[in-house]
Amino acid sequence: MALIQNPFDHDLPSADTPRVHVQLDGKWEEVPRGLNVIEVARRFGKLIPHYCYHPKLSIAGNCRMCLFEMGTPKLGPERKPILDGEGRPELQWMPRPQIACATTAFEGLGIRTGSPLVESCQKGVMEFLLANHPLDCPICDQAGECKLQEHAFDYGKGRSRFGEEKVRKPKRVDIGPRILLDDERCILCTRCIRFAREIADDDCLGITERGGYNRLSIYPDKRFTSNYSLNTADICPVGALTTKDFRFRMRVWFLKETESICVDCATGCNVTIGSREGFVHRLTPRVNEAVNSHWMCDQGRLGFHPIHSKHRVLEPARRAETGLFPGEWPFVLRQVAESLRKQNPSSLALLVSARLTNEELFLVQRLRDLLRGESEIFTEVVPRKGVADGLLRSDDLNPNSQGARILGIGADGEKLPELRKGIEEGKIRALFCLHEDAVGAGVPEEMLERLSLLVWQGILADKTCEKAHWVLPGASFAEKSGSMVNRAGRVQRLQRAIPTPGRAKEDVWILQGLILALGGEDLGQGGPDVFSKMAAATPAFQGLTWAGLGDQGAPLPA
Amino acid sequence: MAEIGTAKGPAAEHRIILRYADEPDYTTDIDCYLRHGGYEQLRKALSMEPAAIVAEVKASGLRGRGGAGFPTGTKWGFIDHAKNQKPVYLLCNADESEPGTFKDRQIIYKDPHQLLEGMIISSYANRAHLAYIYIRGEMVRGAQILERALAEARAKNFLGENILGSGYDLDMFVFRGAGAYICGEETGLIESLEGKRAYPRIKPPYFPAVLGLYLCPTIVNNVETLCNVKHIVEMGGAAYAKIGTPNNTGTRIWCVSGDVRRPGYFEYDGGAITMGELLYDVCGGIRDGNRLKAVIPGGSSAKVLRAGETYRIRRKNSQGTMEEVEMKLEDLPLDFDTIAASGSMSGSGGIIVMDHTRDMVECLNNLSAFYAHESCGQCTPCREGALWMHKILDRMAEGEGRPEDPQLLLDLAEQIAGRTICAFGEACSWPVESFVAKFREEFEAKAAKEHERLQPAC
Repeated sequence: MALIQNPFDHDLPSADTPRVHVQLDGKWEEVPRGLNVIEVARRFGKLIPHYCYHPKLSIAGNCRMCLFEMGTPKLGPERKPILDGEGRPELQWMPRPQIACATTAFEGLGIRTGSPLVESCQKGVMEFLLANHPLDCPICDQAGECKLQEHAFDYGKGRSRFGEEKVRKPKRVDIGPRILLDDERCILCTRCIRFAREIADDDCLGITERGGYNRLSIYPDKRFTSNYSLNTADICPVGALTTKDFRFRMRVWFLKETESICVDCATGCNVTIGSREGFVHRLTPRVNEAVNSHWMCDQGRLGFHPIHSKHRVLEPARRAETGLFPGEWPFVLRQVAESLRKQNPSSLALLVSARLTNEELFLVQRLRDLLRGESEIFTEVVPRKGVADGLLRSDDLNPNSQGARILGIGADGEKLPELRKGIEEGKIRALFCLHEDAVGAGVPEEMLERLSLLVWQGILADKTCEKAHWVLPGASFAEKSGSMVNRAGRVQRLQRAIPTPGRAKEDVWILQGLILALGGEDLGQGGPDVFSKMAAATPAFQGLTWAGLGDQGAPLPA
Repeated sequence: MAEIGTAKGPAAEHRIILRYADEPDYTTDIDCYLRHGGYEQLRKALSMEPAAIVAEVKASGLRGRGGAGFPTGTKWGFIDHAKNQKPVYLLCNADESEPGTFKDRQIIYKDPHQLLEGMIISSYANRAHLAYIYIRGEMVRGAQILERALAEARAKNFLGENILGSGYDLDMFVFRGAGAYICGEETGLIESLEGKRAYPRIKPPYFPAVLGLYLCPTIVNNVETLCNVKHIVEMGGAAYAKIGTPNNTGTRIWCVSGDVRRPGYFEYDGGAITMGELLYDVCGGIRDGNRLKAVIPGGSSAKVLRAGETYRIRRKNSQGTMEEVEMKLEDLPLDFDTIAASGSMSGSGGIIVMDHTRDMVECLNNLSAFYAHESCGQCTPCREGALWMHKILDRMAEGEGRPEDPQLLLDLAEQIAGRTICAFGEACSWPVESFVAKFREEFEAKAAKEHERLQPAC
């Protein structure tokens, strides 16, 4: 079950559904009763082309692209099916094509997906859809991932007989803060309308005008402000709905696709990172029925932009009289390790982010063990509270709070007041901030100046970075591989999509360097290596393997 | 009208539904209706079992008068009252907007209580406690008449709680349509009644008898059909079935418009009169001494019939065996089956006559303009195809035809019919298909004009 409740799950019949036999293009197959015919075909590697059908939305049946030839068992005199030599029912084929999206599997259903009638229907619908379409693929963002393009290529005639003036409709309609509408490209499949109504619960879209002049419109004086509005751009089969953020940024076929997860909250929506030449251009949701189904929120989707901020820290550095002085990594790591070792463990504090991966947290744990000697080292994470929206967003905005808890780094930031008090009273003399801002966590800026050692590791310069004695530039979520545990206790992988900018390094590499400099053991060079060591050392992860997590993640072992 | 039925032998009009409608002193108020025996059948019906009324309607062989000719009793039988837990609704489809059809309007404007009585009986038979009259938005006066009639019926306890002491409750409302042809499609009507855009629903699963208004079992019947129910109760199903011919029982109101001397509406027994008799004897022949060119026999969406055509009709003869006869257009008896056998349909009974002065391209363009405007635009073939066909025809009518146009029109019509959510796909493509096929030479002539036009120099 996904963490979001879908109103429909046409592709996921419950496991106890009785099985029936259907004939798919001449072959008898067994499928769950009531399974949507599009999904029946999909299970056996056949595509019934469609536009308006979406497995998670109500059935509209308006695009007519999924027309197929339907057969039903021939009935004998006693209204019993007539069986052929192999004991299968003989079929009679309906003269009128039926829509696959509104037909569900029953015993003896016959499906023809490529008969002459079906092909003629597909050609006809394609010709109609393209008649008034602007055919502006060269300047359309959807080009390359457009169902109209794909199906025109696969099922269309290749040429148009339309010699009339096309219908003109509004273009560049600003329907929401993050989304734009081009009505001429719209094929009126109503997926966005149904999404807004059934999932986003923001029923503001609809069709106005009539017949060939129909167009998608937003309710007067309303804006499509839903935090899920950009999903409509994903499910829009054409380029009618485009995101303002990605519009005109990059042709999609240039994008390298990396399967990863969103780190904007504890839900851990599965995403595909679209990047090119070291630059992330967009995140799109990736289907995972145990987490986000097909969706993600706009906030998470657009949350990647800071990784390309001009405030990114790009060089390891030491603070000198005149400011930050860049240094070489081996030197910096050695010096930082030395400074940490010199500290009395009881006066050392680690302020760790719950946005780090399990592997990084595991290395922090090892680093702490190396430094602690006899006494405890203060460690805590910084909580981030948001508002759960009942859909996907969690009230915990840290993506790996669970991991931090499991690895004993911290939990809910309950000890944070102690940090401030410790620095104030002079008990804490050294502070290592990992991807966290001590100022933001409640330590006043001037108090940081009392510290004899302040090490900062992170990506964006903040108040703590300005005071830090040592600055270690780390990696953003798109620049590293690792795992996180989402709010439902699912261990999921991040994958590195782009290299770290400048001389910034993956955090695992930095932490490993410090551990080695302190004489600790080599725990591996990347996320996957560290994962196996961590899984072996941590009972909660016992039995998990990096490869075993796969693209869909795995639940924590019970 | 004295000469009608006297001159050359067609049977005199047999007015059942329109019996009093055109009598000079007949008014729409309830007192007048009661003086003419009104609401007597309601009393009779309320003393019967609902199932008995359904049985009478089944026995009568009554077929829907809205256009499709579906047997009314069978439609009513789709609701399984033993299992049904939901409320049942009865809807009267008074969204009469098929071009060439103006029969329901006569009933509503001249004899509203007949409709009400038919509806109350039908609601009782179907165990509905709420009924709506979905009246075409343009019929403003009709809605007012019905509102008044409803108030009068309520005051006399023909509507409301415990009707005439029978223990049966029914309320009924008038709902004014949203001004679109598609609101007359039964599932579009239901959507519209629910306050939504009148997009027809997909069938399956949304058959009105199962998932109709508010997803409850719903009966949708035409005005004329519901009026007939009253008369079936009066005379009994078996007696009603004797009117007309088998499978075409009862009377039908034919609306004749176009190029005849005396257009109008005429009520005849099913199959009692031929096309020729209706056009020449009843309607006085083609206007201005012109020749007949074509007839659309059942509202504008029916396929056109061309004068001079002959049809091979298979029908039951008097011995009960099937025989095939050849018939001219003028000899076609007006009923559901023969006109269907001629390749068209008697649909809503709207007969549109065109004489030899009519340009078929212009005629079809006129129809296609209507369909392009009235397509709801929900599903692709009809939305794009209806407008496309109209653009082609408009261009041809303007003298800008191209040689490929006639075939293109036929192809487009074929790409629409049978592939849409509702019957509008057929409604908009059948005229095109039949006009182009039957008057191909006129379309080719318009299409071939291209070489005569000045071509650009380059």
